Amino acid sequence: MATQTQVKPDPQLQSRRGTFDVLQDWVTTVDHKKIGLMYIAYALIFLVVAGIEALLIRIQLAIPNNTFVSPQTFNRLFTMHGTTMVFFVGMPILFGFGNYLVPLMIGARDMAFPRLNAFSFWVSAFGGILLYCSYLSGFGLYGAGTAPDVGWFAYAPLTARVFSPGHSTDYWTLSILISGIGSIGTALNIVATALCMRCPGMKLGRMPLLVWLYLVTSGLVFVTISPLTAAQIMLCIDRYLGGHFFDTQAGGSAVLWMHFFWIFGHPEVYILVLPAFAFANEIIPVFSRKAIFGYPAMVSASVGIGFISLSVWAHHMFTVGMGPGPNAFFTFSTMVISVPTGIKIFNWLATLWGGNIHFTTSMKFAIAFLFQFLIAGLTGIMLSVSPFDWQLGNSYFVVAHFHYVLVGAILTMIFSAFYYWYPKMSGRMLSEKLGNWHFWLFVIGFHLTFDFMHIPGMLGMPRRIYTYEADRGWALLNQIVSSGAVFQAVATLIFVWNLVASYFKGEKAGPDPWDAWTLEWSTSSPPPSYNFATIPTVESRRPLWDRKHPEEPDELFE
Amino acid sequence: MFFSLQLIASRGLSPHADWLPASEWVRYAAQNLICLLALHFNQTGTSMFAPQATSSRSIFGLSMLVLSICAVIFLIVSSLLLYTLIRYRHRRGFTQREPAQIYGSTQVELSWTVIPILIVIVLFLATARVIFVTETAAKPSNALDVVVIGHQYWWEYRYPKLGVVTANELHIPVSDPTHPAPTYLTMSSADTDHSFWVPRLAGKMDVIPNKVNTMWIDPDKPGLYLGQCGQYCGTQHAKMLIRIYADSPTDFAAWIAQQRQTAAQNPAAANGRAVFESNACVNCHTVSGTSARGTFGPDLSHVASRATIASGAVPNTPQNLRAFIDDPAHFKPGALMPAMRLNARDLDAVTQYLTTLH
Amino acid sequence: MSTAVAIPRQPIEEWKLPSRGVVGMACLILAESAIFIIFVVAYLYYIGKSLTGPTPREVLELPIFSTICLLSSSITVHFAVHSLRTGHVSRCATWLAATILLGGIFIAATAKEWYELIYHYGLTLRTNLFGTTFYSLVGLHASHVIVGLIMLSLAFIFALAGKVTQAHAERLEVLSLYWHFVDAVWVVVFTVVYIVGR
Repeated sequence: MATQTQVKPDPQLQSRRGTFDVLQDWVTTVDHKKIGLMYIAYALIFLVVAGIEALLIRIQLAIPNNTFVSPQTFNRLFTMHGTTMVFFVGMPILFGFGNYLVPLMIGARDMAFPRLNAFSFWVSAFGGILLYCSYLSGFGLYGAGTAPDVGWFAYAPLTARVFSPGHSTDYWTLSILISGIGSIGTALNIVATALCMRCPGMKLGRMPLLVWLYLVTSGLVFVTISPLTAAQIMLCIDRYLGGHFFDTQAGGSAVLWMHFFWIFGHPEVYILVLPAFAFANEIIPVFSRKAIFGYPAMVSASVGIGFISLSVWAHHMFTVGMGPGPNAFFTFSTMVISVPTGIKIFNWLATLWGGNIHFTTSMKFAIAFLFQFLIAGLTGIMLSVSPFDWQLGNSYFVVAHFHYVLVGAILTMIFSAFYYWYPKMSGRMLSEKLGNWHFWLFVIGFHLTFDFMHIPGMLGMPRRIYTYEADRGWALLNQIVSSGAVFQAVATLIFVWNLVASYFKGEKAGPDPWDAWTLEWSTSSPPPSYNFATIPTVESRRPLWDRKHPEEPDELFE
Repeated sequence: MFFSLQLIASRGLSPHADWLPASEWVRYAAQNLICLLALHFNQTGTSMFAPQATSSRSIFGLSMLVLSICAVIFLIVSSLLLYTLIRYRHRRGFTQREPAQIYGSTQVELSWTVIPILIVIVLFLATARVIFVTETAAKPSNALDVVVIGHQYWWEYRYPKLGVVTANELHIPVSDPTHPAPTYLTMSSADTDHSFWVPRLAGKMDVIPNKVNTMWIDPDKPGLYLGQCGQYCGTQHAKMLIRIYADSPTDFAAWIAQQRQTAAQNPAAANGRAVFESNACVNCHTVSGTSARGTFGPDLSHVASRATIASGAVPNTPQNLRAFIDDPAHFKPGALMPAMRLNARDLDAVTQYLTTLH
Repeated sequence: MSTAVAIPRQPIEEWKLPSRGVVGMACLILAESAIFIIFVVAYLYYIGKSLTGPTPREVLELPIFSTICLLSSSITVHFAVHSLRTGHVSRCATWLAATILLGGIFIAATAKEWYELIYHYGLTLRTNLFGTTFYSLVGLHASHVIVGLIMLSLAFIFALAGKVTQAHAERLEVLSLYWHFVDAVWVVVFTVVYIVGR
């Protein structure tokens, strides 16, 4: 599989091309790097859109009995916000980074199935566009033909034809079904690439941790997205062919949908968080100037998290009335998953210990990730205690918890990844000055919003309510929460500006601006379409460390 | 404050009070902090930290243990993290090329695997105890049975053994801790998923179609306990409020007696009653002693005895009642009751009739 | 900056990695299995819960003949791959034809069974929970069989047109893995629907 031939760049390709040629190049490309960038750009657009939806939600909730938006509009806003963020921001951006980095990090020229890669991207993109077409449909009888308003988990029987006439639920179902096909395709590609395309010498035990984590993530995708696909097919059968899968009037079960959805839904959040761990595993060592502490433990913990995450789903259903046995079991399995997760946090801590920590913007975000993920994990432990969840489930405490993970851990680590790999992808450094503004505004806004959001939950505020009573004592807290959203919005705009401006005016990055150790830094920035002039051969986990420190290469100590 | 002191004194909620004295202090601190917060925000109305019944108290006790453990873990790990960041930050003039590369240590890995496992075991045992005690509690013979049916967007309450049907405001007897008289709620839904959540009395329990769930509540102080639907059920999920009145035994008996009577037949409201019975109202509502036998909407036999209408959304005043009947979207856009669009005279008459239904 | 080749300290053993096609198909099979498992779980969960209508015992007969055909087609496709690996393209085409024929018989038998159920017993997707879960599960499997038959037919046509060579043996093997998967799923569906469910 490995080729050792030299490839000379074609001079004809370097002549100026018209807009149409550029467009055609991007639309028909099968190059993993271009596809990765398209995933990332697509996700950023939806990040801004879903962020606006969040802002509208927060404006409506800032004062009790507000009339900024109607209840129908509000219900659409939170459904679209959740659905967009999970499926059309989280998944694409993480697959985008995976697409870009995995072949480079294992010394390959492309993914295992480049055409499948392109197909997966366009199918996913179509799904997202389909969802947003729902906004263009007309208003009608009770949600007919408009954006979905059933919540991102679309519990049955609210989604049955009788309770959701019109097509709002269908937009939800079909757009996710279609983009799910794309997700499975990408995951298949990542697994096949990581297992079959590694450069010589790169045994599995020498793969960068990022590749390991993407391998586990992709494995999860196969057994996770499929249950959702199955459940959505069942929902379509109910809605269009008169089936009774979730038809409680015909003896069907609403709880069955919940089981199927959460068998998808819980591992899904691990699909979203494992890539964040992947980034942390690469970024924290480089800016601590130390190898990652406990590589084998990190691999085992990641694989362990993957497996255990398949057994915890019904902790979303503690209040459904499953009985004490299942409640106790799922409490236990959820608590158990904290053990490998804790191992990872401690290993990162140990990596920092004794190091020489450089606080670049990327590292600042990674540090924020560590603190915030710690808190998120702890509130998760609180929620795993099912009696506690009987109070806090479906309240703003849960909303605060999962936003702590999604924004405080995942999005924060995504920002870190941007600052770290943008030089490689574009050849320019992002502005550290703008990055500083981005970081501090974002962290302040994040904590204003999501720290305080825990309290209304503990004071009895349920989620998914378009307004609340003035006498509940939630008003001041909601105002603080809403104010934080403004900071985060401004910070995100600064970030987007940084991305665009640095592309034209940023300081030129060389191939290796961070003095890092994995293979992607051994090629130019941006890499040529063939990635490496010669396929490398590796001797250890940090091939570039070996080259830079020939007197103490990793392989002697690993 | 007194409350948390009482809890500490009773020590009845900590299964490990005897052999973990240090955690006791932490728990004490946590309890006080939480009570401070609750008092500061001046709302014990729906706070889970102001429990007033057995179930919510045992949850509160367990939550204190959990919060304390998590607080300790957070303090230790974040302090370590902060220390590491400060001590090992890059300083200008740092001449050594790269720090010592440490690849791992089996002992250290083992220690931070084993200790979390032990914490998990402790936490799980404490939790399992509360789960089983709450969910397998034996039902005393003097328990009151109430059937709760969730609708989009109101609550139906039936007292099968007492022959009472009402809506949106639940009356139950106070339960003296020495002679407990809990209320057992048997719950199901007529349409989509709902959830019955009154934080000061118990955790929430989902109300699901084609499934029967049970829970029990035993408030030990008379008063009004607030809550609301805890599972997104459609457009007006936000306004599906719950009001539970815990009455003294005499008050409860009086309320039951009143509710069991047939609806009032005030001759002054005969005109309004005629309007009610000749319009579509009868298709959805029941008023005992009349031809109205509908079950899609709330039972209105004693609607004037309720403090609120529209499931707690607005106070029960003649103006609000009139506006609601004219067009429910005025208060609850998306509610399933259509705008009746009666002419002004009929509207006034019907409103007057309903205000006589005590 | 060019990539320097690291000087190996020990001689690199032969660097052998798994085949992309096999790994890719294994992933696809994993994902498809998960979908089938959910439909099987739904079927098992709803056994005996229908409020009305015909029950499985009343209307289902064991499809022995079609099952034998489908399971035999796994053997024939195995021989097709073996033939191609040893270079006998026309023999491979024959075995492919046998596979397609057996698979086609299976589909025809299923269609006949459904015709009976719909027009004779009045059991449709809408009738009751049994109808919904039965047609969904068996239909999902049948649709996978049809996709497999299409792919096998394409391979057969290419073989007849002389475009298939010994070098394509691995690709045919990947396709045969899919076909074996489809057969394995039928074993599960058969057990659940015709044995456990009745």
